Order: sequence, then C-alpha cells, then structure tokens
Amino acid sequence: MSTGTVRIALVGNPNCGKTALFNQLTGGRQKVANYAGVTVERKEGRFSAPSGRVLQVLDLPGTYSFDATSPDEQITRDVLEGNYPGEAAPDLVVCVADATNLRLHLRFVLEVKRLGRPVVLALNMMDAARRRGIVIDVAELSRRLGMPVVETVAVKRDGVKALIDRVDGEIPEAPPALPDDPASRADLHAQVRELLAATVTMPRATAELDDALDRWALHPVFGLAILAVVMFLIFQAVYAAGKPMSDLIGAGFGWLGEHATAWMPAGPLQSLLVDGVFGGIGTVIGFLPVILVLFFFILVLEESGYLPRAAFLLDRLMVSVGLTGRSFIPLLSSFACAIPGIMGTRSITDPRDRLATILVAPLMTCSARLPVYALLIGAFIPTRRVLGIFNMQGLVLFALYAAGVIGAMAVGWVIKKMRRDRSEHALLMELPSYRLPKVRDVAIGLWERGMIFLKRLTGVILGLTVLMWFLSTFPAAPAGATGPAIDYSFAGYIGRGLQVIFAPLGFNWQMSVSLIPAFAARETAVAALATVYAVGGDGADGAGLAQALAANFSLASALSLLVWFAFAPQCMSTLAVIRRETNSWRNVGISFGYMFVVAYVASFLTYQIASWLT
Amino acid sequence: MRLSDLPKGATAVVDRVDDAHASDPIAQRLRDLGFVAGEPVRVVALGPLGADPLLIQIGSTRFALRRNEAARVMVRPEMTA
Repeated sequence: MSTGTVRIALVGNPNCGKTALFNQLTGGRQKVANYAGVTVERKEGRFSAPSGRVLQVLDLPGTYSFDATSPDEQITRDVLEGNYPGEAAPDLVVCVADATNLRLHLRFVLEVKRLGRPVVLALNMMDAARRRGIVIDVAELSRRLGMPVVETVAVKRDGVKALIDRVDGEIPEAPPALPDDPASRADLHAQVRELLAATVTMPRATAELDDALDRWALHPVFGLAILAVVMFLIFQAVYAAGKPMSDLIGAGFGWLGEHATAWMPAGPLQSLLVDGVFGGIGTVIGFLPVILVLFFFILVLEESGYLPRAAFLLDRLMVSVGLTGRSFIPLLSSFACAIPGIMGTRSITDPRDRLATILVAPLMTCSARLPVYALLIGAFIPTRRVLGIFNMQGLVLFALYAAGVIGAMAVGWVIKKMRRDRSEHALLMELPSYRLPKVRDVAIGLWERGMIFLKRLTGVILGLTVLMWFLSTFPAAPAGATGPAIDYSFAGYIGRGLQVIFAPLGFNWQMSVSLIPAFAARETAVAALATVYAVGGDGADGAGLAQALAANFSLASALSLLVWFAFAPQCMSTLAVIRRETNSWRNVGISFGYMFVVAYVASFLTYQIASWLT
Repeated sequence: MRLSDLPKGATAVVDRVDDAHASDPIAQRLRDLGFVAGEPVRVVALGPLGADPLLIQIGSTRFALRRNEAARVMVRPEMTA
C-alpha cells in the first residue's frame, strides 16, 4: 500500500514513554508524567510521513499483560484484537519498551507478538540506557524476535526519526498468531531470559542515582519527614508567590474598569461593565498566578518520579482509611482540580478502591476554592503573626486544606466500615526511575492548565457573571420603594427563597444566591458576591469587595461559608465526571447526598459555635 | 521461606508463587510481573508503618508489594556473602 491512511497503535508496559513518543510523532500535547497509568483513555493523532502517507496514531494505556485486571488494560487488548466498538484493528502495532527495563518489558512484547499482528519494537529511553552502560545488540534482538527493532529517545526532538522511517516503510509481515493458554504464558519468562542473555549486557541492574535517592526518600523516618516538608513548602509557596501577583492583577483590572468606561453615561450598562465584567473577571483572573504556582509543583513532582514513592510511604495509612497507596496520586491531582483527579483513578486497578477514591476526591481542596477562601480570609481574618513565624491567614488556609484531608479520611473510613466485601485487594505498584523534569514538559503543562482556566473564565464565568448582573438589576424597584433596588430584583427573591434553607448556617440572602453560580463553578461565587453587593449599592467594586463583605456579615457567617465551601457538593462538572467514570447515577447521588449532609452539619456547627464564642 | 519474611536488604531467589485461594488473580499478576522460579529478588525498602509495604527489586524493576502479596512468593535465601 503506497497511499491512504496507515493506522498505528502504540502499546507497551506502563511508564515506558508511549505518550512522549506519541507527542513527538504527532506534535501533540498529551499529558506525560513519570508514573504508571497517566494515559487512561485511547488518544488519537495523525501526521504526514515523508512519503506523503498519512499515519494515524493511537496512544493506548500501559499494560503489563493481557490477563487484563484493570479497565485500561482491557481497552488496550480490545483495540489490538479489533474488538473495541467502532475501532478497526490497527495495521501496525508499535510495541514500546523501556531499554533500561527489558526483563519486564520484553515479556509483554512477546505477548503482543502472539496476537499475530504486524509488530515493530521501539526501544525507548536509549539515552538513559547508554548512560548506564547498557549495551543492546539490536540486530540480534530483531532477528531472534522476528520483528523490526528501532532505537528511540522520545523526549528528544530528533529521537524518533528512525521510528518514523520504519513505520513509513513497508508493513512487516505478521508473525503467526498463537493460542493464549497458561502453559505457554509461563514459558514467556524463559524466552525473555534467553533473549536477554544473548543480546543485552548490563553492568548494573539499577541506576546508582535511584538507589542513593531512595535510601533517603523511602527511609521510614526521613522519607516521611521529606514528604511532609515537600507538601508544606508547596502550600507556603502558593501563598507567598501567588498571592502578591494576584493582588496586583486584581488592582490592575479595577483601574482598567474605571478608565475604560469613564466615557460612558452612568447607568445599568456601565454598571455591568465595571462591576460585572471588569470587577468579576479581574477578581477571578487574579487567581491565575496562585493556580499556576500550585500546578507548577504538581507537574514537577509528577515528572520527577517522586509521586509513586509518596504512594509507597502512605499506602499503609491509606489502607487503614479504606483507600490504597495508589489513591495518593489522583488525590494530589484533586488539589488542583477534582476532574483530572477522578479521571486519574482509572490507574487504580481495583474497582472497590477506585470507587472509594472517586467518592473522597472532591473533598480535596481544589484550586477553584482558592478564590473564595482567599477573599473571605482576606476580609475576616487578621494578618496577625502567630508564634512569631506563622501568618494567621496562612494558618486558616492550612486548616481548610487539612479539613478536606481529614474529612476525606473520615469518609473513607466510613465507606470501609459499611461495605460488605472485605476481601483482599492488591497494591502491586512499580516505582519508576527518577528523572529530571523537562522544562518544556512543565511549560506545556502550565500553558495548558492556564488556558483551560482562562477558557472557563471567558465562557462559563463570564456568562454567569452577566446572568447574575441581570438577575440583580431587573426588575427595577417599583415607584415609591423604600429599600435598596436589589431587594426587588429576581436575585433578591431567589436569595430570600434559598435563605430559608441556609439561614441556620448563618448565610444571608446574598450569600445564598451566590451558591447558585458556585454550583456551576465555585470561583464564580466571588464574582457573584461582587455583582450583588455592587448592584445593591453597598459600595463594592473590585478591591473594595472585601470591605463590603466585612461590613455586611459576621465572622461566624464567614467561617460557616468557608466550611461550606470545604465540603459542599459543588461544581456540576465534577458530578458529571463521576457519572461518566462510574457509569452510574447512583454514585452521583451518593456523592451529592453525603457531601450536602456533611457540609450542612459542619457549617451549622461552625456557625453556632462561632456565634456563641464571639 | 516467604518473601515477606526477609529482612531489609536481603537477597533471595524465587522458588514459586502460591495461590492464596483457587484461581488467585494476585498470584497470577505476580507471575506475569516476573516472579518465577530462579529469578533473584532483593528487599530494597520497607514501608514506615508496620514495615508494610515492601519494596522488592526484581531484575531492573522495583515493585511495591503489601505483606500479604509478598507472602505468596516462596523464596530460597541466597547463600553467598
């Protein structure tokens, strides 16, 4: 075949660099990281080869064997066998193997070969293999395997040229398909040993650097201390580096709003632009630096290979609260956003552990809560120093994060006690080699995250801001009305209606009405409050919102609202992703229900106790 | 003896993986990952709580196994050194 589309599937063990290879081939920007199970769905890209043919590339989740025990391994097997709905079997399978870890990876190559499809083997991470003095007789390996073998370095720009030339050429002949029976599977290890003995010389089984770092990182005492320090520094850095930049942006937008609309006559439209658009967006966009700082650390940790070490250290603790060490990585991602976190749970092979992780993931303090926390903390918590070194505001923020974590542990424990299935569920987790994070990968990751945030902002958040403004402005107060105009608006009616439910938590009607847009995206609560108070004529605009809040509700109400945001079932997108990932409305109902009850009770107690104390 | 009985830093050679019950998927996965007769293993590290999980090196790969997973792997301690 000289023209037309050639369909290629990339397969291999977890964390062998399939996605990096995919990105190099297609110019894609799929997420890569240094732990097993980053790719949980099939991803597709295409590129034109030098010959002019179009090559369509499928990136599949990593698989240890075809005795699939997790959903993503099942996907890989179905696609290769042509059993995946709506997906024809690929013309060519590119099997990717980590050249530094051939003993494990070659076994899977042999398993793929048994399927009887045309296969090319890509020996990836050849640069790391050479650094470690590993010598591979590629020609001999190719002869013994009966398939073409090419060397690749997926993280380098020109590292995939040999592979492109190879897949652009003649499709190799398919090996004979062999039956899948246990006896022949057991035999694969013997074949791997034979192959290795004949084609690979290895001075040392592991990288010396890994051994040296792991002596500290996995030490029973120092390892935990390092983990605690790393986590603490991240959250300090978020506040120390992100907050000043945020304030600057907020002030800039306030100034812009005033000057850009100075020529307009005062009236509803000017109020929409100044208060709604510039005030609202300025407040929310101001949180971009905070979110980027948080994502920067998460990306660096992901790339470095440290996260599975943290999962190793915490496994026992996680098991005691009904989770697994593997839950650590999705839960850490949930600090940025619960949506990638919940999607990342697919790397948890066990359905029971996976569901428990999905149910507690939304309790992790996601970055969308930060704008709300920062606003309320800035307005109500004094900037006192505690014990000389700690900032009071920082401590409250830390307490809110801790409340999420402790809440998640409590919920996990309850789930563990309630479930009937007490059987054993496995960990079996591979720890990858350490790797220096690549500036390019981190930069791409930050760019993507920033763009997602900004797109949400311009779409959902802007729309909701305008809607909130409309609801707060219309209908106008009737002639002869005595109260502020907003009392007669739609927002006023809706807010007072909701207040019946939320009054025991100390929420006034303005807070109650802001919960509606917060259900679409939490951070819009800030813009909504800004709009409601500005339109209500309480003198709030941009930076003045904090003062307006401080003047309009009590410390007890503010604390209650903070606690509500820590636990409440919010953000439709999260509930939608739970529905998609678990394929069950029942689980959405359970998530929503338990979080509503927990948030309501916790906010009620906070308000009552704080009112009594102050 | 069992892999889970080895102290930290010990090396041994795998003898076999026992099924904890009939058609044990965890035992099958261990075999797929390379825990087969004759393969040398080493206990690299132990978890901070209850020495659980164990970090086992087999070939160039490090796997974290919980105690009851490692207990399925029968090993012969190495007589060298």
